[in-house]
Amino acid sequence: MNAVTPDLTFDLATSSLRELNAALHKASGESNARRWRVLNPNGRHALAAGVNAPLTIEVDGHVGYYCAGMNQQAHVIVHGNAGVGVAENMMSGFVHVKGDASQAAGATAHGGMLLIDGNASARCGISMKGVDIIVKGSIGHMSAFMGQSGALIVFGDAGEALGDSLYEAKLFVRGTVKSLGADCIEKEMRDEHKALLAEKLEAAGLAGTVDLSEFKRYGSARQLYNFHIDNAGAY
Amino acid sequence: MCGIVGLFLKDPKLEPDLGAMLSSMLCVMTDRGPDSAGFAVYGAGDPGHVKLSLRAAPGYDFEGLARSLSLSSGGTPKVAVRATHAVIEFPAAHEAEVRAQLALIPDVAIVGSGTRMEIFKEIGLPRDVAGRFGLEGMRGTHGIGHTRMATESAVTTAGAHPFSTGTDQCLVHNGSLSNHNDLRRVLKREGISFATENDSEVAAGYLTWRMREGASLGAALEAGLNDLDGFFTFVVGTESGFGVLRDPIACKPAVMAETDQYVAFGSEYRALVDLPGIATAKVFEPEPATVYFWDRAQ
Repeated sequence: MNAVTPDLTFDLATSSLRELNAALHKASGESNARRWRVLNPNGRHALAAGVNAPLTIEVDGHVGYYCAGMNQQAHVIVHGNAGVGVAENMMSGFVHVKGDASQAAGATAHGGMLLIDGNASARCGISMKGVDIIVKGSIGHMSAFMGQSGALIVFGDAGEALGDSLYEAKLFVRGTVKSLGADCIEKEMRDEHKALLAEKLEAAGLAGTVDLSEFKRYGSARQLYNFHIDNAGAY
Repeated sequence: MCGIVGLFLKDPKLEPDLGAMLSSMLCVMTDRGPDSAGFAVYGAGDPGHVKLSLRAAPGYDFEGLARSLSLSSGGTPKVAVRATHAVIEFPAAHEAEVRAQLALIPDVAIVGSGTRMEIFKEIGLPRDVAGRFGLEGMRGTHGIGHTRMATESAVTTAGAHPFSTGTDQCLVHNGSLSNHNDLRRVLKREGISFATENDSEVAAGYLTWRMREGASLGAALEAGLNDLDGFFTFVVGTESGFGVLRDPIACKPAVMAETDQYVAFGSEYRALVDLPGIATAKVFEPEPATVYFWDRAQ
């Protein structure tokens, strides 16, 4: 599973999650151990949350809630499924889920890249603030709700109410969209958007794997209350 | 917050271990529900006979109760006592007369009935509740369990899950219903009785009513999507299988695992990690507003 031998292996069948996270929090760009491997995650919550160092952390198995939450710099690879809120509030780095992700994947994340090979459930990218999220499968309902910035790219289909109350996040869906949320509309896919899509896919190592012309772009119609200058006086 | 678990065995070789597997799953869900716990197990059953799961205060003399219940054909029911609960078994033809006799004994509550289903529930940590009733040693084809963190009503045994919804049928619920008071009034007019102010009991009563009016369990659950307002993940047990339904918002978590040997449900994946072959199981989330059902009869 690992091309490179890890510098450090943590087996959660014999060590505690707190020990693992404390060790990860101590690590920095100066640390010798850069490649970490975690065995027997068994659905534990908050695994590798709050890491702020350029590490590669490979997790062999399914993880629970908020895996790689608040991530900065680290490259976290989950060889399994992820529970609610994977990479929630990520600031930078790269999180790769090889299986499916549960609800609220990448919620409120400010930066970095979240790549999900399988499907993501409801509210994927809710309130996203700059993260790029690529889902190779499909996403559930209310995805990108109140998304403010960043890109959500979906190879499969989107569920109900995509992009409800959207700000400036950019949504690209290759398959069908069950319904659009309030104030979310389909928009023209211009060359600049194709270039953006190509750039994000390249960053995820997926350049050339899909036909860019198959994607449709969705964004905010900017018609809701908060977009009207006449309402500015209320504050 | 609550925790729910369910286990449906496809491979009869696992049946002696059902209770041990369910107990392990239930105990992992303690931090989702430390107030009370309960479970229903579908074990051996004698066709033509009925089992009543009874509950009373600690120390109640269930043996004496069974001896005092007279069957019109002669004899008394078989009784198996487990702490504050007992299961009595007798020919189904006598059900009405036994229920009439039990109705005169206010200290004893009937928590479930069926040919195979037995229900046990109590306040306390899931580990203690499972231990008190000897869940680990129970065998069966399938079972469901619940750990409760009380929100909508008091921490009492009557407010613990599962709730019986009919013969060999029961329900566990994670979530909270917002229209349960109104719905309870409607159902009372339809002749459904309630023992608690609990919202989940209303969901159980609702399914009982729908099925009494002729709906299948699947159709009753579908109708619930329109009539039940609030958050819910339900797992329902029947004589031959179990079903899962989540509200359209999918507010409450649910994870399932399927192998050639079993189908398992947990509020979180953690509840499933000790099951055999879990590393290679198909693990997935049930879709919102979709009725799932696994049935031994099919």
